Amino acid sequence: MMRRVVLLLFLAALGGCAAPQPWVAPYEREALADPLMAFSRNPLMDKHRQHVFDVREGARGATDSDGGGCGCN
Amino acid sequence: MAAIESACSRRCAIGRFGWLAASLSLGCVAAFAATLPEDLAELMYHSYDGGGVQVTGPALKLRKGFGNDFSASANYYVDSISSASIDVITSASPYTETREEIGVALDWLKGNSLMSVGYIRSDENDYLGETFTIGIAQDFFGGMSTVTMGYLRGDDTVMRIDTDFEDSIERNGYQLGWSQVLTPRIVASLDYEAVLETGFLNNPYRSARILGAQIPELYPRARNSHALALRGIGMVADATSLELGYRWYRDTWQVGAHTLEAALARRIRPHLTAELSYRYYTQDAASFYADDFDGVFEFMARDKELSTFNSHALGMRLTWDLGASLGPLSRSSVSFGYDLIRFDYDDFTDIRNGERYGFDSHVFQVWIGGWW
Repeated sequence: MMRRVVLLLFLAALGGCAAPQPWVAPYEREALADPLMAFSRNPLMDKHRQHVFDVREGARGATDSDGGGCGCN
Repeated sequence: MAAIESACSRRCAIGRFGWLAASLSLGCVAAFAATLPEDLAELMYHSYDGGGVQVTGPALKLRKGFGNDFSASANYYVDSISSASIDVITSASPYTETREEIGVALDWLKGNSLMSVGYIRSDENDYLGETFTIGIAQDFFGGMSTVTMGYLRGDDTVMRIDTDFEDSIERNGYQLGWSQVLTPRIVASLDYEAVLETGFLNNPYRSARILGAQIPELYPRARNSHALALRGIGMVADATSLELGYRWYRDTWQVGAHTLEAALARRIRPHLTAELSYRYYTQDAASFYADDFDGVFEFMARDKELSTFNSHALGMRLTWDLGASLGPLSRSSVSFGYDLIRFDYDDFTDIRNGERYGFDSHVFQVWIGGWW
């Protein structure tokens, strides 16, 4: 009994050391690949819109178009 | 003394705009991580009308890939400005002017990395800005994670059209971003950006007030800012996505700001997409801002962009996918956008009537793009 417990703990520890695997498989990324899921669906229009805000506000940086990438490539 | 609002234009020009354009061009690296952007020609007409300022002009952008791993782009952007803003009509004369911007960029795809370099130049009759950018986006973890890093360097020249005044601004910007697929229907991103500026950071035309009398503004010659943004987007229903975002901002002038954004996009027909957006922005004033000073201080500003205020923006956009109906293009698309923005200032007085200042703005955009 004790051996089994030790073996289970050992296996659990090994599992904890394993690198995490991507939990969204490529075949599950249909929704992610939809253009509606892009943070910026039209970068040129968003650039101008952001420009309108930026010249009238004190804050700057980390704007909407900066981040993104759907990870669906 | 024609151009106080050139302050806008001036700082738009590159002080802000070059930085912004560069910042967004770095952003494009992230948006197309691990694949080159598509070959695309874009033409846009934009219009802004609010607070006595009208800005219109075209924007053109061309992108073409070459070899297997490279893509180059060039863009041209024009702002035709007609200004009779509150700043102008209370201390100068209405004016018109034109700002032109050109930009070129090169992207290189190598494995799961996309590297980008770019150059942007903005010209006005009293402001010149040049910005260089470099960035990299790296996909990993089975394409579920993307890390982006970017750096920009800006060198601007500030002038006055009525004197031989000339000074400079040096700008260094650093970006770091992480986007992560959370579930098959949700993506989140975390972005940080720091901008460090030194030089002549105020508007050489604008005045502060001491007990009602106007004197030239006096600004510190350095400003460091930090912005951190968290955003998420999810497919909340069939053909419907919802994006939520928050940005925190702070700088060494003690300007603190919060931005909240929400956008809903829905494909209402197979080739027609409608978008609705709302944006709320609020900020605290810079430590050396005052509507009317009661004495002389080392630094003094009366730029309403550094005052305490908030704004609400309600936007909508319609996009038609025209398919392969236009000539040799493999696909084309047209978009129409409109935003209504309301600004309300807590400590900026309209000296014409003694009331707190506020105004509405209307932003129109028409865009057409063709892929080949």
